[in-house]
Amino acid sequence: MSETHAQTVTYVRDSMLPPAPPPVGERGAVKWLRENLFSSPLNIALTVLGVLIVWWLVSASLPWWLNSVWNASSLGQCREIVAASAGEGATGACWAMVRERWHQFIFGFYPPSEWWRPVLAFGLLFAALAPVLFAGQKRNLTLILGGVLAYLVVTLYLAGAPGVAFALSLLLVAGLLVVAQVAPGRLLWFTLIFPALCFWLLWGGSIWSPIVAMAGFGVLYAVFRFGSPFIGLAPAAGAGVVAAALWWLYIDHAIADRLQAALPFAIEAVRSDLFGGFLLAIVIGVTGIAFSLPIGILLALGRQSDMLIVKTLSVGFIEFIRGVPLITLLFTASLLLQYFLPPGTNFDIILRVIILVTFFAAAYLAEVIRGGLAALPRGQYEAADALGLDYWRAQRLIILPQALKISIPSIVSTFIGLFKDTTLVAFVGLMDPLKGVTQIVRADINWKGIYWEPYIFVGAIFFVICFGMSRYSMYLERKLKTDHR
Amino acid sequence: MAEASKMQISDEVAIQITGMNKWYGQFHVLRDINMTVQRGERIVICGPSGSGKSTLIRCINRLEEHQQGQIIVDGTELTNDLKNIDKVRSEVGMVFQHFNLFPHLTILENCTLAPIWVRKVPKKEAEETAMHFLRKVKIPEQANKYPGQLSGGQQQRVAIARSLCMKPRIMLFDEPTSALDPEMIKEVLDTMIQLAEEGMTMLCVTHEMGFAQAVANRVIFMDQGQIVEQNEPKEFFSNPKSDRTKLFLSQILGH
Ligand SMILES: Nc1ncnc2c1ncn2[C@@H]1O[C@H](COP(=O)(O)OP(=O)(O)OP(=O)(O)O)[C@@H](O)[C@H]1O
Ligand SMILES: [Mg+2]
Repeated sequence: MSETHAQTVTYVRDSMLPPAPPPVGERGAVKWLRENLFSSPLNIALTVLGVLIVWWLVSASLPWWLNSVWNASSLGQCREIVAASAGEGATGACWAMVRERWHQFIFGFYPPSEWWRPVLAFGLLFAALAPVLFAGQKRNLTLILGGVLAYLVVTLYLAGAPGVAFALSLLLVAGLLVVAQVAPGRLLWFTLIFPALCFWLLWGGSIWSPIVAMAGFGVLYAVFRFGSPFIGLAPAAGAGVVAAALWWLYIDHAIADRLQAALPFAIEAVRSDLFGGFLLAIVIGVTGIAFSLPIGILLALGRQSDMLIVKTLSVGFIEFIRGVPLITLLFTASLLLQYFLPPGTNFDIILRVIILVTFFAAAYLAEVIRGGLAALPRGQYEAADALGLDYWRAQRLIILPQALKISIPSIVSTFIGLFKDTTLVAFVGLMDPLKGVTQIVRADINWKGIYWEPYIFVGAIFFVICFGMSRYSMYLERKLKTDHR
Repeated sequence: MAEASKMQISDEVAIQITGMNKWYGQFHVLRDINMTVQRGERIVICGPSGSGKSTLIRCINRLEEHQQGQIIVDGTELTNDLKNIDKVRSEVGMVFQHFNLFPHLTILENCTLAPIWVRKVPKKEAEETAMHFLRKVKIPEQANKYPGQLSGGQQQRVAIARSLCMKPRIMLFDEPTSALDPEMIKEVLDTMIQLAEEGMTMLCVTHEMGFAQAVANRVIFMDQGQIVEQNEPKEFFSNPKSDRTKLFLSQILGH
């Protein structure tokens, strides 16, 4: 080989050229400008137009932002201050409204003496989410739990939480911090009990109601566990759901009442119509997100099932829910659910809305996840089968992790949509932050006529939350990227 | 070597297929298949594209369902009974043309997944077994990488190791080398030859005639869903009986 080489090749480089810098026009800012902004006549025109539009927007709104007023007790006073400082006819934002009414945007009419409860629940929400979002990553878990601890120390103090609650909460989070160091996997147990704890913190009342309600899931599991060897997995799961439903409808209250009579322990109950603002949006949004994902997965699998009934039900459900506007569902559901439930049950309006919003998101998620399932090559199913994995294990270990990974961007979009859709509850008389609270604020004679400020304030908070979700989804995509293509 | 390997074939029947037929809708893919595989046999199945080779070996672990006749694997008949299917699948390993590794799991996790979840082997032990087989296919150093970071030949050897971790008694190969670049074919074939020498019962769909001559004790030629001819490799290649076989061999060996 080398001989032929020597005969046929007549040129051999004996010294290598040193690297040279690119010509000036190809470097740094000049290059960037030329390539991105001035590469063609059309591009130049668009650049100029863009600059003009930005200039116009800024020059129109900048004075308004610069003249912001933070200290005033009414819109009229705001205007006076603006006029005094910037001259007659000048405009200025009146953030004094936010300063005075922020609590209604956050809590609605939740009693101020109990504010520490939603505040605590919000902090614990992150403690419950952490093990799901950052499974087993000690560093991130510690960071989040530490953050929660710091947040609780400050906010619980500011909200004037009773001493016992203050101490117990900090103790709880400190305990979780320890668990995170020793056995991060165990933190999921807290995630499991969090829904009941959160429910109790927010609505208050007897501690036995959430405990007995959670026991319904125990009933579901027990029926499933002991039934499955005899009647098979799917029927056992169905029986479990029926048993749990019966438990919640007929047995739940009686037991909770007895327990409360025997061992009374309760905090002040807060009625649903006092909930409002972001408290309401977050309660509906987070519960909807948490429950719609598993339901959506089951619906997507059901839609692919070989079992005709399961398939028909799934398809019917998905198509029906997707075909009807959410508002229609919200309206009719508040009526229909009352018909189907045993007379006398007073089904909480927030709970009804949560169920509907969950179903709505689940139907969309089912289709998103179905797309992910369809994108997987058939070979993955076959390899799982060939290794002897049964249907559920194959789904859980092989198929779903990949299908969900593919669908992360669309799943998160659906979640963001769900969260923003929570503002629609204004139409069934709930106090959402956008319409509900803003209306109440404007009804006040002091703030009558205020227009942009509440929307900007509420919009900014929505943006921060949704942007956070979007960033997390990008983080997750990067982290789960294993294909190295 | 041929003599030595013949010794490993026992009288025990590993796979028994009688009067088996299969249709895809109206299309009759497999027609009256009868074959017996003894334990320790190494069978190469060849034939033109679309002749039903893949379908045949996929029926053996029920990735495809047959409509008529009987398939008995290791004494278990394949019927709609899920328990039997699971039993057969855990004893029969399968290697695919496109590897079908799980891309979201590391090489080690690919290998330990089924032992842990199907055979209920403790994680530690499953990892030791996996490392044993990864050493055997000569890629223990890749254990913590993901499939996407490996070459095709390495991936296929991982796929073989993954099947072996379930300690199967029978291995099925469906064109294991036909998606590989020429220089990687050898490394996979070497692994398969090693397996054959250890007495594994193997059914292999392949067009690697060198492999067939070196390793197989029987070559089966299929065309249009039927077994047309089967013979010892030497006889099969030097003295094919049917015209179809002659045509096929001339096409594949001719150039
Ligand atoms: N799922 C299916 N539905 C309908 N027809 C199918 C299906 N799978 C395979 N076939 C047909 O059955 C026949 C046999 O297919 P099979 O994959 O077994 O062939 P093969 O011998 O493995 O071919 P190759 O060498 O190309 O892999 C082919 O004609 C194919 O088109
Ligand atoms: Mg094939």
